[in-house]
Amino acid sequence: MAKVVERKPLSLAEKTYVPQILGGLKVTVRNMFRPKVTLQYPEERPIIPDGYRGVPTLVKDPHGREKCVSCQLCEFVCPPKAIRITPGAMPEDQAEHAHVEKAPEEFEINMLRCIYCGMCQEVCPEEAIFLQDIYSIVGYTRDEFVHKKAKLYELGGTLPDEHYKWDKKKQAEEAAAEVQH
Amino acid sequence: MEATDILLRFVYALIMIVVVMSMAGYSVLAERKVASWIQGRVGPNRTALPLVSAIPIIGPFLKGLGIWQPLADGAKFLFKEDPFPSHVKKFYYALAPMLAVVPALVTMVVLPFGAYWEDGVMQPLVLAPIDVGILFIFAVSSLGVYGIVLGGWSANSKYPFMGGIRSSAQMISYELAMGMSILPVFMWANGPNSMGDLSLFNVVTAQNQAWLFMWQPLSAFIFLVALFAETNRLPFDMPESETELVGGFHTEYGSFKFGLFFVAEYAHMVVGSAVFTLLFFGGWNFLPSFGILPDWIVNPWADWGLFGSVCSVLWFLAKTLFLVFFFIWIRWTLPRYRYDQVMNLGWKALLPLALANVVVYAIGIAIFDRVVTN
Repeated sequence: MAKVVERKPLSLAEKTYVPQILGGLKVTVRNMFRPKVTLQYPEERPIIPDGYRGVPTLVKDPHGREKCVSCQLCEFVCPPKAIRITPGAMPEDQAEHAHVEKAPEEFEINMLRCIYCGMCQEVCPEEAIFLQDIYSIVGYTRDEFVHKKAKLYELGGTLPDEHYKWDKKKQAEEAAAEVQH
Repeated sequence: MEATDILLRFVYALIMIVVVMSMAGYSVLAERKVASWIQGRVGPNRTALPLVSAIPIIGPFLKGLGIWQPLADGAKFLFKEDPFPSHVKKFYYALAPMLAVVPALVTMVVLPFGAYWEDGVMQPLVLAPIDVGILFIFAVSSLGVYGIVLGGWSANSKYPFMGGIRSSAQMISYELAMGMSILPVFMWANGPNSMGDLSLFNVVTAQNQAWLFMWQPLSAFIFLVALFAETNRLPFDMPESETELVGGFHTEYGSFKFGLFFVAEYAHMVVGSAVFTLLFFGGWNFLPSFGILPDWIVNPWADWGLFGSVCSVLWFLAKTLFLVFFFIWIRWTLPRYRYDQVMNLGWKALLPLALANVVVYAIGIAIFDRVVTN
C-alpha cells in the first residue's frame, strides 16, 4: 500500500523564517567552537597514505648498485613522454657488477610533462623506478624541473628489498659453469 | 568661537575618524576570522610585525589573531597600481568611492558614544549635539547609495550596472520600512516630561527602565532587517552578490578605490550597529532597572568622574561590537535572498508591518500617557 506523506502547511512562525534562522545561527555558533580542521601547511605536513603516487624516483638496491638496466620500457610506456633514457654500458669502476651489462648513462624525467600515472613503476622489470611520497617539487626555471639521474637517485634512495636478482643470476651462472667443467 | 575651540573640534573629529576607520578595518579582520571559525578554519594568522611579533607569548598570540593583517591589507591597497579601465567615465569613476565613504563617516558626527556627568546631570559625548540626530543620520546615510549607483554607472559595464540598479532599488525600498520602524521609539522617547527632540541621546535616556528592544521587539526586528538591507550585508547583498554579478558595483575598481568602497561598507556596518545600540540596546546604559532595581544600576559609573565616562564609552563600544559580530554571524549563516524576494519582503511584509507597528504603539503610548499623566 502506498504510504501517503502528509504535507502540513507552514505555520505562521515558519512562514516568517525566524525559527529557522535562529536554528541556523545556533548551528554556526556551535561550529565556531569546534576544533579546527586546518593543517598549518609548511610546519605541519599531511600523512601520506601507502600507495601514494608522488614524484617518480630511481632507487638503488641495498648493495648500492643502481637497479635500472636502461631497458627503456618506462620510456616507451610513459603516456606523456616525460622520460628520456640514454642507455650505456656498465661503468668501468663497477667491475663487480659487470655481469649486469647495462646501466643508464643519463636518465631524465621531465616533471613538467609527468602526469604521475605510475605506469613506469608498473612496467619496470627491475623494480628500479618508484613513485614515492614526495608531493611537492619547486623550482625557478624549467630546467630545474627536468630531473637528472643524480637528482632521481637522491630523491629515491635505497629500496630495502632483498631480491639481489643479478647476484643470484651470477651465482647460478657460476654454478652452471662449474658443473660443466 | 575661539581659535582653540575650533582646533579642538578638529582634533576630536580626527580622533573619531581614526577610531571609526580602524574599527571598520578591524571588522574586516573580524569578518575573516569569524568566517573561518564558523567554517572550521583558522583564518589569517601569518602577518607579523618585525619587532612586536618577536616578543614571547604576546607576539605570537597577536600574530595568531591576525592583528596585523589589516595593516598589511591597507598598505597593499595603497601601493597597488591604480587602474583606470579605458571604458569608464573617468570623473565619476573617481568620484564614486569618495561619495561612498563620506556619508558613512559623516553620520558619526551626531552619534553619542558615551556620557559625562556635570553636577550629576548626564551629558552626551558627541561631536555635534544637534536636535535632529536621527533625521540627520537617515538623510546622510541614504546618500551612501549615490556612491554605489555612480560607481555602477560610471564603470560602464554590465555587471556593475546591474549591481548599481539593484542597490538603488533595495535601498529606497528599505529606507521606508526603516524610517517607519523607529517612529514608535521616538514617540516613546518624547513622551510627557521629556526633552522632546529627535536626538539619540534623548532615546538613550528614555531607556532607563527597559531597553527598547524588550518592549518594542517588532520595531527592533524591522529596524534590524532594514539595517541589513541598507548596509548591503547578506542576506541582502544584492549590489554585490559575488556569485551572479562578479563583484557588483565595484567589479571594475581596483587598489585604493576598491579599498574605499570596502571600508565604506564596513563603516556603514559599524555606524549602523552603533545606531541600533543607541535606539534599542540602551546605548551606554549598564543594565535596565525595570523599575524594580535601584536606579544606580543604569549608570553605575555616574560618580566616577572621567573614569566613569571612559567606562560608559567602553560599554557602548562593547554593545556595538557585539552587533558587528551579529552582522558577521548572520552573513555566514544565511544564504542570499533572490532579488524579487528582497523586494517582496521589503514592500509586502516589512512596510505594512512597520505601519501596523506604528499604529499599535501610537495608540498604546497615547493610552499609557493618559493614564500616567492623570
